[in-house]
Amino acid sequence: MRKGSAGSSGQGLRLWLLAALASLLLLPWYGLEGGLPGGWHAARPALLEALSGGRLWLLPLAPPLLLAAWAAWARSSGALVAAGLAGIAWLLVEAFGLRAHGLRLEGLAALLEGSAAQPALGWGALLYALSCLMLCAHGLAWRGWCKGEVFLIGAIGIVCGSILVFVGYPVACVLVSAFQDNEGAFDLLLFAGKITDASIWSLDCLAGGRHCGVAWNSLAQAVLVGVLSTLLGLAFALVATRTRFPFPRLLRIMSVLPVITPPFVIGLALILIFGRAGIVSSLLQDWFDIRRSRWLYGMPGLTIAQLLAFTPISFLVLQGVLQGVSPSMEEASQTLRSGRWRTFRLVTWPLIRPGLANAFLIAFIESLADFGNPIMIGGNFQVLSTSIYFAVVGAAHDQGQAAVLAIVLLVFTLSAFLLQRFWIGRRSYVTVSGKGDAGLPLPLAPWLHRACLAIVLPWLALTAAVYGIILVGGFVKAIGQDNSLTLDHFLTAFAIEQGPHGWFLAGSAWNSLTTTLMVAVLAMPLTAALGILTGYLLNRQSFAGRATFEFLTMMSFAIPGTVIGISYILAFNVPPLELTGTALIMVIAFVFRNMPVGIRASIANLSQVDRSLDEASLTLGARSAATLRRVILPILRPAIATSMVYAFVRAITSVSAVIFLVSGEYNLATVYIVGRAEFGEFGIAIVYSAVLIVIMVAALLSIQALVGERRIGRRKATEAAGSRRPAAAGA
Amino acid sequence: MNQILPGQPRPAPALAATRPAVEFRGVVKRYGPVTAVPGLDFTIARGTLVTLLGPSGCGKTTTLRMIAGLESASEGQILIGGEDVTPLSAAERDVSMVFQSYALFPHMTVMENVCYGLRASGLRRAEAEAMAAEKLATVGLSGFERRLPSELSGGQQQRVAVARAIVLEPKVLLFDEPLSNLDAKLRRRVRADIRDLQQKLGLTVVYVTHDQEEALAVSDRIIVMRGGCIVQDGSPRDLYERPGNRFIADFIGNANLLPVLLRRLDDSLAEFSIGALRLTLPHRGLPDGAAELAVRPQCLGLRPGAAAAGELPGHLRKAAYLGDHLEYEVVLDGSGTELLLKRPVEGALIPEGSAVAVSIDPAGAVVVPA
Repeated sequence: MRKGSAGSSGQGLRLWLLAALASLLLLPWYGLEGGLPGGWHAARPALLEALSGGRLWLLPLAPPLLLAAWAAWARSSGALVAAGLAGIAWLLVEAFGLRAHGLRLEGLAALLEGSAAQPALGWGALLYALSCLMLCAHGLAWRGWCKGEVFLIGAIGIVCGSILVFVGYPVACVLVSAFQDNEGAFDLLLFAGKITDASIWSLDCLAGGRHCGVAWNSLAQAVLVGVLSTLLGLAFALVATRTRFPFPRLLRIMSVLPVITPPFVIGLALILIFGRAGIVSSLLQDWFDIRRSRWLYGMPGLTIAQLLAFTPISFLVLQGVLQGVSPSMEEASQTLRSGRWRTFRLVTWPLIRPGLANAFLIAFIESLADFGNPIMIGGNFQVLSTSIYFAVVGAAHDQGQAAVLAIVLLVFTLSAFLLQRFWIGRRSYVTVSGKGDAGLPLPLAPWLHRACLAIVLPWLALTAAVYGIILVGGFVKAIGQDNSLTLDHFLTAFAIEQGPHGWFLAGSAWNSLTTTLMVAVLAMPLTAALGILTGYLLNRQSFAGRATFEFLTMMSFAIPGTVIGISYILAFNVPPLELTGTALIMVIAFVFRNMPVGIRASIANLSQVDRSLDEASLTLGARSAATLRRVILPILRPAIATSMVYAFVRAITSVSAVIFLVSGEYNLATVYIVGRAEFGEFGIAIVYSAVLIVIMVAALLSIQALVGERRIGRRKATEAAGSRRPAAAGA
Repeated sequence: MNQILPGQPRPAPALAATRPAVEFRGVVKRYGPVTAVPGLDFTIARGTLVTLLGPSGCGKTTTLRMIAGLESASEGQILIGGEDVTPLSAAERDVSMVFQSYALFPHMTVMENVCYGLRASGLRRAEAEAMAAEKLATVGLSGFERRLPSELSGGQQQRVAVARAIVLEPKVLLFDEPLSNLDAKLRRRVRADIRDLQQKLGLTVVYVTHDQEEALAVSDRIIVMRGGCIVQDGSPRDLYERPGNRFIADFIGNANLLPVLLRRLDDSLAEFSIGALRLTLPHRGLPDGAAELAVRPQCLGLRPGAAAAGELPGHLRKAAYLGDHLEYEVVLDGSGTELLLKRPVEGALIPEGSAVAVSIDPAGAVVVPA
């Protein structure tokens, strides 16, 4: 019997042709102001715009569809591909060529005089582009690409296209605008002047001056945090893997905490403990008459805050590394007449060295990209990420300056990322073999054991104090000064009152909280879907440019949030893609920022699943789409859960990218909290943070419960073992 | 296309019945600059079990996967049931496959696994389950429908994989080293089961293995491959008794190869001389001069002492007792040729290092083209 249905692709083609037609005839071509979601009224489809609105350059959008229709009838794959490409090409040319600002084709604009400014593209344009892409995909499928699977070609096209539009294009905009003066003309000298400016590269502070350049500040800070958090992480990892630490749960909880903590909350808590008016400062003054000071604000406080935030990550990395060092290696070394020290020096240390470098670089990148803590606790100590922010929102409002700073920051983080990927990545000796290795890890030398505990225990206490403050700090009047319990802050933020029209959300935080939750809930499935689809394509399909594609998607992970924020402002503030001021732009920012985790999770998960499963499904007559749905997705449940949780949580905790993108209408919780803290309203800030953390813990647990465990293993080990023996004997 | 539902007659046009089940016409497979299969032509008749045999890396699995549609041919045509399927994907070909790892979907029960292909081709659940239950009964797994694959033994998993493949009643059923994950004892049984099933249902089966004993045991026909090419193609008996070259002689029969001098006597027979030993055997069309004689290990005689006429002198290098037979390694004096001998267990082992005399049973010797 013949499997599958060959007829479906013809049907799909007809549907996409209809969609393309609808995009020109029915849907509003322009979104008018406010980007895609706005203005259905007064919005007209492309054909009307062209004929009665005088926008004649929209007419050439139609011929490619006619060509495609003919190609579909004549089954000419070449013509179909050409039609799709022509449609997309003309859409790009007319949209980018005819606009008021930025790059434009003067010749074309002159040719179509009087047509200068076009509004932003709308739903019609989006559907048109998508239809053309799918027409192309059908054509390529006829030519036998990807074994003739339209679904695969379309998926590759959509993933690549959306990454180009929402990662590549904005980053390109940053590069371009760094080279432009305020009028939009290219100016290399200006760029040269800006990029070598003393405010970035000055080394005054070494010569007794007041400030060093922000680039040096950032680098010094990142190196310091990288080294210290690696050492701290190593101490934790040693305690966790090589000693009988009585409370392993504590370490596990600690490693989850930074995931659910908005980055600046730790800085906030530190201010409440060690700040000028903090608890400890007050106690020191009261008891020992030590004067309050502002030592915390600046590099010292920032370092402590970032260490608290990033050490758990280093811990997780190094714990994996230490567990990867098979005890049998050390036992082998000992049987070869090497003592404990020699074993460590010649076997253990070389094996964990790449892991240490890896942990260092991760903390280094995180510290460079961190925005929340520097803005909260950095004081006058300026780093690149905060400078970018102030260049845009401050009095200067110099987008060019922001772009230059963004390039410097991007160069730093990308270099570290490339170093990590190509230098360290190749040198990782950690291998996970299926065979369980017996043997006991070497115990620590007593002095090392004591040293580790001496580091780990106080640090745990500090962490506990920080989180304790976050949870209770919002329920006292003014922490450190007036420690009487109160619900005032909570009620200011989250009061629900009864008005003349029934109950309403009176608290000042409700608006931003509902927006945050809405954006997070919208971003969550999109992020997971795109990430998992991409991971599936990367792991299971081979196509031209796959390696480059994988590299680019991973690289987007190393782009700091601040750079994403500034690039989105530069790219999506003007037509043809105008999205700023909407909630959509935040959703998009989150999707493309958090997608790499979904990709990693699904690749890691898929590489454990034998390819013969896919092949078995194919030989049984299920095409790729059905195989993905019925075989791959059920197996990928853990990866789905991971990326959904991550997408949701990151959408709630992120501040760096979205602080540029929020608007009066759509404010986000984190931005609101940062604003409160800047005004000194710590009570509301801290109570809001606590509420966020509680929401995230609840969401984390419920998503895990919803997606569920993998239903693959033995249902009941004992029952299975019992039934297996007689069966095996009978087989 | 057509689906065969229970009770409906099989569509069997007169012409199609005479066509081979599988046909390769000049099929080439390249991976980038590497040519894995430089050009294959063969046909597989309906209702036969044909084995692709060869050492690992010989291209046999690639060939199998090209039949399945999991690899696409770089050049040439692949026909299934007389129909050109070269551009079709695996999902569109009327072919099922049993994988080496079985590839049972771990998140589906046995029943769901067997129904999978039927449901993909649009059958309703009830129909699919009825057909699946029948095939599960055929492979002797009734009562296991609700189990997960992880709750089955290796042999049972293998039978589920077979049931999942045959339930689609494919034109061709493919086996990719299906026994390699089973222990030696189970292997014999399962291969007999596969052969029984194939004959009972009249299936066309293409079977890939690197184990020559397995190939000899199950096949109607064996295609021996090496370096992506067909080395010899014939019945098990053909291959064993008339190896086409020394590679086949060595690979299939584990034969000893002796350099000999050939002198034609008449149209069919020739005199072969190895030192003082003379044998008269068919020359298989080879010209006078140097040739090689393949002698099976069990067709060499051995006794301690100096060589008499019609025997070859040598020294025993190694002797091993293997339960049902003895295994000797002998180095011939003069030429230094190494021989492997299998002898029935009789008396004591000849001590290693002693001088021995080797004789050749002409029934187990055949000349091979070098």
